Amino acid sequence: MTSPNTPTQVSDKFFSGKKHKLAVLRSLGNRALTILCCLLALLTLVPLFSLVFLVIKNGLPLLTWEVFSGLPPAAGLKGGGFGNAIQGTFIMVSMALVLAIPLGVLSAIYVNEYEPYSRLSNTVRFVAKLLTGIPSIMAGLFAYGVVVLAFGSFSAFAGAVALGILILPTILLTAEQALLGVQTAYREASYGLGATKFQTIVRVVFPEALPAIMTGIMLAVARAAGETAPVLFTALFSQYWLKFENLDSLVNQPVASLSVLIYNFSTVPFEYQLQLAWTASLVLLILVTIANVLGQLVFSKKP
Amino acid sequence: MSNDAVNPSPTAMHTAATSSQAQPRLDLLSVRDFSFYYGSKQALFEVSMDIPERQITALIGPSGCGKSTLLRNFNRMNELIDGTRCEGDISLLGRSIFDPALEVIALRRSIGMVFQKSNPFPKSIYENVVYGLRVSGEKRKSVLDEAVERSLRGAALWDEAKDRLSESAMGLSGGQMQRLCIARAIAVQPEVLLMDEPCSALDPIATVKIEELINELKREFTIVLVTHNMQQATRCSDRTAFFYLGKLIEYDETNRIFSNPREKQTEDYITGRFG
Amino acid sequence: MADGNVPPSARAQRGIRVIPRRIDVFRIFCWAASVATVGVLIWIGVTILQAALPAISKFGLGFLTNVAWNPVREQYGAGAFLYGTVVSSFIALIFALPLGLSVAIFLSENFLPSAVRQTVRFVVEMLAAIPSVVYGLWGIFVVIPLVQKFGPAISETLGFIPIFRGPVIGNSMFTASLVLALMVLPTITAISRNALVAVPNTLREGAYALGATRWEAIFGVILPSASPGIVAATILAFGRAMGETMAVAMLIGNSPRFTTALFQPAGTLAGLIANQFNEAEGLQVSSLMYAALLLMVITLFVNLAGELVLRRTQRMTLGVR
Repeated sequence: MTSPNTPTQVSDKFFSGKKHKLAVLRSLGNRALTILCCLLALLTLVPLFSLVFLVIKNGLPLLTWEVFSGLPPAAGLKGGGFGNAIQGTFIMVSMALVLAIPLGVLSAIYVNEYEPYSRLSNTVRFVAKLLTGIPSIMAGLFAYGVVVLAFGSFSAFAGAVALGILILPTILLTAEQALLGVQTAYREASYGLGATKFQTIVRVVFPEALPAIMTGIMLAVARAAGETAPVLFTALFSQYWLKFENLDSLVNQPVASLSVLIYNFSTVPFEYQLQLAWTASLVLLILVTIANVLGQLVFSKKP
Repeated sequence: MSNDAVNPSPTAMHTAATSSQAQPRLDLLSVRDFSFYYGSKQALFEVSMDIPERQITALIGPSGCGKSTLLRNFNRMNELIDGTRCEGDISLLGRSIFDPALEVIALRRSIGMVFQKSNPFPKSIYENVVYGLRVSGEKRKSVLDEAVERSLRGAALWDEAKDRLSESAMGLSGGQMQRLCIARAIAVQPEVLLMDEPCSALDPIATVKIEELINELKREFTIVLVTHNMQQATRCSDRTAFFYLGKLIEYDETNRIFSNPREKQTEDYITGRFG
Repeated sequence: MADGNVPPSARAQRGIRVIPRRIDVFRIFCWAASVATVGVLIWIGVTILQAALPAISKFGLGFLTNVAWNPVREQYGAGAFLYGTVVSSFIALIFALPLGLSVAIFLSENFLPSAVRQTVRFVVEMLAAIPSVVYGLWGIFVVIPLVQKFGPAISETLGFIPIFRGPVIGNSMFTASLVLALMVLPTITAISRNALVAVPNTLREGAYALGATRWEAIFGVILPSASPGIVAATILAFGRAMGETMAVAMLIGNSPRFTTALFQPAGTLAGLIANQFNEAEGLQVSSLMYAALLLMVITLFVNLAGELVLRRTQRMTLGVR
């Protein structure tokens, strides 16, 4: 410590003069940019908080049993709810899943297990990517042209076809990733024991991939529940419950849905209807969040 | 080809094998002029060899010499890789394994395989062992139970595992997992057990156990063992085949290979001059 | 194992046991599903094309440039809506790109503790999950009043630029663009973040070792290396913005009149369809289908471009198939 050339002296010499000033400037600029970046990032939280806050504030007051059991009030009237819209959304999302899950999962199995490098598989992957980017309203127009015109009526089935097309790529692509994530060693072990391809897929590969596939399905549920454009021209809307008598009930009458209810009531001049729109938004948001969180939880359970 | 000079003729080999044994050994697997390609890259060059039954045949050689490729051809696992093709023939008890009338899954039930890295399924120990039987359609509980005990005993795992058969196989230690994979392979009572460096991922103690097990298993099964470890080859095997750059350089009784190799390349390899 | 050498005959059957050959029916199912998936896209295209044919034969390519949309006189041209689609999406990107990129950098760097970053990430993922129609409702009650309040001031200060001139209307191109920006932000953030995280750490360390500050490293090394991914993110976000329907239909005013003024009502192709399809008849339906076909071709093309850029990036950085 007593030697003439102590480290402090050296560094004093080093940290002064022009070079040092530049370093200070650079360091200041660095910090400013860091703060700016953090601020911009946090700025994105503001709209979300605003949205969630408003939906809860405006939606909560009406969130009573009546809303789940009642039917939408006619223009200007008070009372009632949107039980039929919840019913319709539930029916259409379930039907969409019934249509899209087999198609998506089987395609993913073909693409990943049977012919990973074939031209068809590459095409399927590519088409799935393109389908994710297709405007949701296309699915609605397609289902209108194919289902509504064929049966001569707006229907739950038409809505389900449109929603099914929309969630097909989500399910297919997540299922493919899920299958891709299964270790090759499991497949080899199974083949090595004389299992057929089918046995290997059903007994080993699929059970391993199932949690991740479920995540994809939950994401699809969240997406389908909130979509409006595809059901707008296919299921239309209805003031009444869907009375299920036989399978024809699914193709011969329009069906209500939460999202179309929000759209219809968002622009009307009646206070009660508007409040219902907010409450429907709250219910939809809760549904979507539950589906998302459930999906993440199922996925994270995997070791 | 020059292979003729390198490989002893099948008959000569056979006499060599029988001379030291009490009873004549049947050649279970025969490889004839077998070449194998990954795309345009040739991995095996006209290999010919016979593998006698109920003996341990070790395949040795430096990395990339083709020993694992040959092993994975015995149960046609290489077909799972795209763009591969082969020439020549391999036969099991006189029947070509490439016979188009033969279902590859039937072949794989007759030729079991143990992999380099133990790969038990994420299922219970019990389900792992009976997997091969289940996929071949066995449903009777008594048969499955019997097979589990027999196989686990055969793989020297019974005492450690008998009280936790329904627990996940993922809770076993590395050595136990590999023995479970062996139990799983012998549960279907194959003719041949293929082992692809079964100890390379294990610690020395677990390695000793597996090696003892391999020596036990030879009473019932014909074993083909790929190994990097020359001590293992000397300790375990009856016959050794040395591969280099996709060619079978020398194939003889293990003692002969290690004490008095005929080929310069073999000698260089076993004395550690390359590889 | 009990008695030494097991004689060969102990085994039930020697050699390979014969198994009857079976057809893999499951494979056929999977193949059929794959073909059906590809078929769906083609079927959508064909259905819409068929429905659009009358309008195509009547208006031809003039449909793209004609700005008159008049159901009463059966005159249909999608020019104004085409313009509205492209411009609203473009303005949305102007807002969303800096924000989305900031969030992506924020998420890939360690400015703040991991817990904060995880929260921000969760929030951004939530933004993606909120239904379009809820954005629309929120926009009506929050963004429209904001635009009505601050729009005149902006219009006055920036009035020297023609597009900001004119009276300020709540339901306008500007309002729709703001909400669109919010809706495509998650797309930009997610893909950009993946690209940033994929930049090898050695590059960053190399820059630090040469005395670069963190931001010099970000601007000089990390962003350039990740730029193909960011470009792909931007393209895909653009495609998404153009296809977005409900929120836009609820906020943009759906005016068929062509105007370049940002604070005036305008229209987009998707919004036009959502707004008019249920009441349309005859040639109007066909014209709406023509508009849909146009939108489909544009979004397919944009997504194709984005996907190709993304695929090339991934091949470069990760070497995946």
